[in-house]
Amino acid sequence: MTTVAETGTAPVLAEIFARHPGAGRDALIPILQDIQDTMGYLSLETIKEVGAHLNLPVSKIYGVATFYNQFRFQALGKYHVQVCRGTACHVKGSQGVLDDIRQILKLEPGVTTADGLFSLEVVACIGACGLAPVIKINDEFHADMTTAKLDRVFKALKKEAKSND
Amino acid sequence: MVAINIDNRPCEAPEGSTIYEAAQLIGITIPTLCHMEGLSPSGACRICVVEVEGMPSLTPACSFPVREGMNIQTHSARVLLARKTIVELLLANHPDDCLYCIRNNNCMLQNLAADLGVRRRRYTGARNEYKEDVSSPSVIRDPEKCILCGKCVRVCEEVQDVSAIDFIDRGSQSHIGTAFDEGLNLSSCINCGQCIVVCPTGALHEHDSLKSVIDAINDPDITVVAQHAPSVSVTIGEEFGLPAGADCDGMMVAALRRLGFDRVFDTSFTADLTIMEEGSELVERIKNGGKLPMLTSCSPGWIKFAEQRYPDFLDNISSCKSPQQMMGAIIKSFFAERENIDPAKIFSVSIMPCTAKKFEAGRHEMTRDGYPDVDVVLTTRELARLIRMRGLDMLALQPEGADTPFGERTTAGKIFGASGGVMEAALRSAYFLLTGSELEDLNVTAVRGLEGCKEAHVKIGDLEVGVAVASGLKNAAALLDQIRAGRDDLHFIEIMTCPGGCIAGGGQPLSTNKQAVTQRMKALYALDASAETRTSHKNEAVQRLYEEYLGSPLSDKSHHLLHTHYTQREVLL
Ligand code: SF4
Ligand code: SF4
Ligand code: SF4
Ligand code: FES
Repeated sequence: MTTVAETGTAPVLAEIFARHPGAGRDALIPILQDIQDTMGYLSLETIKEVGAHLNLPVSKIYGVATFYNQFRFQALGKYHVQVCRGTACHVKGSQGVLDDIRQILKLEPGVTTADGLFSLEVVACIGACGLAPVIKINDEFHADMTTAKLDRVFKALKKEAKSND
Repeated sequence: MVAINIDNRPCEAPEGSTIYEAAQLIGITIPTLCHMEGLSPSGACRICVVEVEGMPSLTPACSFPVREGMNIQTHSARVLLARKTIVELLLANHPDDCLYCIRNNNCMLQNLAADLGVRRRRYTGARNEYKEDVSSPSVIRDPEKCILCGKCVRVCEEVQDVSAIDFIDRGSQSHIGTAFDEGLNLSSCINCGQCIVVCPTGALHEHDSLKSVIDAINDPDITVVAQHAPSVSVTIGEEFGLPAGADCDGMMVAALRRLGFDRVFDTSFTADLTIMEEGSELVERIKNGGKLPMLTSCSPGWIKFAEQRYPDFLDNISSCKSPQQMMGAIIKSFFAERENIDPAKIFSVSIMPCTAKKFEAGRHEMTRDGYPDVDVVLTTRELARLIRMRGLDMLALQPEGADTPFGERTTAGKIFGASGGVMEAALRSAYFLLTGSELEDLNVTAVRGLEGCKEAHVKIGDLEVGVAVASGLKNAAALLDQIRAGRDDLHFIEIMTCPGGCIAGGGQPLSTNKQAVTQRMKALYALDASAETRTSHKNEAVQRLYEEYLGSPLSDKSHHLLHTHYTQREVLL
């Protein structure tokens, strides 16, 4: 499979479109899923291309895509934060964790901070119930989250990002 | 016909009609919120439910067809309770803003709540906070007042083929928005305002420009000039209780003077002028092998549509500005010079059936020497508000005539207000320009009426001229697609954004529906039928303007003032 980094978006899209012949409306969701899988999110440009390909207005595609929680419209942040809202985490107070993160990062689920550092996603169950309430940042799990711990984690990440600059 | 019983009255209804339509035939109105004549049913609101004997649950009347022997109760206790509950649930997350709302006293939701006796808030739901979208010069969106009936989405898609807006998100977050929730000004919206006319609530309304007009009127140093579009005189009466189609031309002119406008001109004058310019342009294109078919340019929604969707047709579009902009241009040039007024001290207001005219007036192509041709556009609805604000009883005023030098019009200019009118007026004059004699029968009935696309072939001398008239951009798009695919028998095409033309414009009274539009159209053709001068080239005031100022049609001066060119526009489609 071609990747965006190698070739830019056009060939990647062409490959995805080729995988879903028929070009009917039924192809819309699978195409959007494939785009998100390869590119990480649905950019305005790609949605425009999909619209041209399927002969659908962009407002319609955006409407359909926002109907499902799985689609993102911004590139993931350098640190992608996933908050588990499964049952175990819920019982252990994951709503508070989510609210804290919103506060600390001034960030809503599905959105990426303006500096591109953080993005936030709510997931159903991350499969680490023993660590509840748990969050995952990129590939790393962080267990038993509390407000104080969250503060520390994000401070450290911000520092790390700065020193890397 | 099928025989049915509605509210215990035996009656008949045509096969295939809905319960809603059948009830209407016998004078019973079933309330609707999401239903739209002629468009796909959505069944979103269920306010139209009725009881049908033998059916366990209530049935939506707007989409359910009548069947032989059906027994229907349209206002039983059970039905009324269901409707009341639906309204109460709609109000659960609705702002109690009626006093501050543009639709106060003219709101379907408010009326239903009143009719059904909703007297207290029984449900309180979480309210979403949305910002008003004030980005568009034409259409303002206030999603907090939206009840998600989807009418705007359907008109935008099914009538205009634009689809600037759609349902975004889901569940309690569901709202109407543009792609990526951008401002309407950045979207593919063509500013037609058809969504406003169908919206049952205050969630959509025109960009209100009354304040700047009132300020200008109150400024003694400013000469405030009004022009009114051909269709407005036959629609504004509805705002004051007259039946659709009553012509209020003289009373409206009198009202405009009482409001403090220093001059009142008639845009039908520049409609005649447009015919002189556009007719000459057509003749020139035909004679000199110019780009054909020529497309009309007076409807600003269509112009934006062409810029973004059909840029390959931009050279087909007549270079004529619209009558509104022509009037604006000659007010701040010829009129200003003649009256010795500094154009900077003229405030030019146009009264239009149209929200897209607001957008048009702000276009950079419509400014010369730093002055906009037209300063502010008011819709028919805004003018009615202004008249009410000033406590004027318009219907009691003695009719007055418009001012010279731009008050004289022929009915060729007047019928611009109906789909087909520009074409008919153009054919009357093109015939004269090409042959030197008058069309034998001035009534070109083939291009009249409410059909979305009308065609005719007209013999002018040796030439067989193919013409087509489309209104509603979906119909226009279908025609343009034929031409893209190679159709080549057409010379001249009139395109109006709104279905039926300006009489159905997005700035017209909210009483706009098919019946009203039919009556308005009749009124314009009745004026034409009884008029003495029915051809634009016989407008003596227009001829004088050429003699004293412009020279001849398509002269350099005409080009400088009255013509323009459009370029491709990139928007998200
Ligand atoms: S939309 Fe209707 S019900 Fe809502 S605030 Fe305005 S007038 Fe009142
Ligand atoms: S003004 Fe016309 S184009 Fe714009 S959203 Fe409304 S219906 Fe669509
Ligand atoms: S904006 Fe008006 S027409 Fe559109 S869905 Fe909301 S209430 Fe209905
Ligand atoms: S009017 Fe019938 S479902 Fe809305």
